[in-house]
Amino acid sequence: MSEFSERQAPSEPETRRDFLYFVTGGAAIVATGAAVWPLVNSMNPSADISAQAVVDIDLEGVGPGTRITVKWKGKPIFIDHRTKERIALAIAEDDAPMIDPQPDAERVQRPEWLVVIGVCTHLGCIPLGQGGSEPTGDWDGWFCPCHGSHYDTSGRIRKGPAPRNLDLPPYEFVTDTRVKIG
Amino acid sequence: MSGIPHDHYEPKTNGEKWLNSRLPIVGLLYDTLMIPTPKNLNWWWIWGIVLAFCLALQIVTGIILVMHYTPHVDLAFASIEHIMRNVNGGYFIRYLHMNGASLFFVAVYIHIFRGLFYGSYKAPREITWIVGMLIYLMMMGTAFMGYVLPWGQMSFWGATVITGLFGAIPFVGDAIQTWLLGGPAVDNATLNRFFSLHYLLPFIIAALVVVHIWAFHTTGNNNPTGVEVRRGSKDEAKKDTLPFWPYFVIKDLFALAVILVVFWAVVGFMPNYLGHPDNYIEANPLVTPAHIVPEWYFLPFYAILRAFTGEVWVVQFASFITGGIVDAKFFGVLAMFGAILAMALAPWLDTSSVRSGKYRPMLKWWFYLLIIDFFALMWLGAMPAEEPYATFSLIASAYWFAYFFVILPILGVIEKPLAQPETIEEDFNAHYGKADADATPAE
Repeated sequence: MSEFSERQAPSEPETRRDFLYFVTGGAAIVATGAAVWPLVNSMNPSADISAQAVVDIDLEGVGPGTRITVKWKGKPIFIDHRTKERIALAIAEDDAPMIDPQPDAERVQRPEWLVVIGVCTHLGCIPLGQGGSEPTGDWDGWFCPCHGSHYDTSGRIRKGPAPRNLDLPPYEFVTDTRVKIG
Repeated sequence: MSGIPHDHYEPKTNGEKWLNSRLPIVGLLYDTLMIPTPKNLNWWWIWGIVLAFCLALQIVTGIILVMHYTPHVDLAFASIEHIMRNVNGGYFIRYLHMNGASLFFVAVYIHIFRGLFYGSYKAPREITWIVGMLIYLMMMGTAFMGYVLPWGQMSFWGATVITGLFGAIPFVGDAIQTWLLGGPAVDNATLNRFFSLHYLLPFIIAALVVVHIWAFHTTGNNNPTGVEVRRGSKDEAKKDTLPFWPYFVIKDLFALAVILVVFWAVVGFMPNYLGHPDNYIEANPLVTPAHIVPEWYFLPFYAILRAFTGEVWVVQFASFITGGIVDAKFFGVLAMFGAILAMALAPWLDTSSVRSGKYRPMLKWWFYLLIIDFFALMWLGAMPAEEPYATFSLIASAYWFAYFFVILPILGVIEKPLAQPETIEEDFNAHYGKADADATPAE
């Protein structure tokens, strides 16, 4: 022990041994990283989960004033066939003070169809308002029961702790009555 | 191992000497069990044993439950019912495990607040305190993931809300949340990894418990006076201490027996009292329960999480100076973790030279208020997110932070402490009389 520490006296200049220490240490760090990364990455979504990314919805029979819920990537999608009143209400409120201001026109491809991800942007609960008897909040949109966020008829956050409007999924109308989400 | 001078193990027989020269394990156990312990410890010092018991209980019942449980979204809920109805005594083992978690948290909260009152976190016991806080964090993680396993509605939505906290982190939040869940939402991948980690973490906790014990065996226990044991010589130390075995072991086991009477009564007669009926409904990703409530032991911090909404000026200010990076949601998350961090920083926030709250006339009242505040937050965490609870939550959260970041630093400067006893022996004799103290058997 003591012989070893004598040889490592601090006054000694850098030697080839120091160089070997650095190289060994560096190699150990790189090797550890290379070994850990695949393990960490294995916890990312697996291929079958990533594959469930596109769904086709038939809107035939979804009359005005009806809201339906479909599942996309494990999350509910709210599709609201909006009545004229609800559309008018959404547009009339465009200039009202909002947490995340956005005009209704930017949130829909066709005014009568509102398609949003039905997950509260606060902490991920499913807002109420889809079923006929459920509360729709102070703005006749959706109401999240977890922490009291109110969304309007355009899915915009109007009151409560949620930071953003209900997110919009990527979607396109294949025909007038078919929508492809994803 | 201990810094307090005491008799060490001496191998006597040839067999003992043979073993000791190869593996000094008997000596290690002897020194651990015979550690000189301040003889004035009061009943608040029994919770360490209760915690050790809880960890053992949870590991043993947990290993048995795993033999009957299936971690798959289609089968998990049914396998819990299988345990409850078909497995011999399965319902009782599960109720022990469920309520064991509650006893674990009752004990850890009393243990933590005991440390806060008697200044057990102060130098030289900061490492013991920090390791304890790590154990507490791991306990919370373990309990949270364990609650997901029955795959009921509260399991699913609790998991959704809590993993949603990580989604609040600016820029990388969504990626982290997806990585944690193993998909875009809580699903089979999530259940499987939570099962794996729920099994792993208790063993890491057990390892940290060894470090925790090692640390305070090095510094010696704190005690109600906060006065250190004299360590000039073995005789001097003996006047202040008694060996842990048998004196404190017997005392602690008596206390444990009393606590277990209550625990068994809860397990036997009201096993679901602390649970939520919603968790007996199988998880449904498309329906959120009307009122998501975490387990009682998370409620104080859940209240702090919810208290900071966009209408609070502190939140608006934080959002303004960070250019919107810290929004209300992220602020809430920071506040929740900050509330736990505040406790961990206590050794450096408390500026008083006096250790025990017994001799701190001002701290005493602020501390009692902190206890009331803790229960208030617990109550508020269970209330719906509306007025007047929102305002109360904000006030109660503010006090929690004020205690650690304002009151602890200031009191050390302005408070005039009371006279402390010179020695532990003096304090002990004042309580029990000198004659009795002298008659204490010296082993």
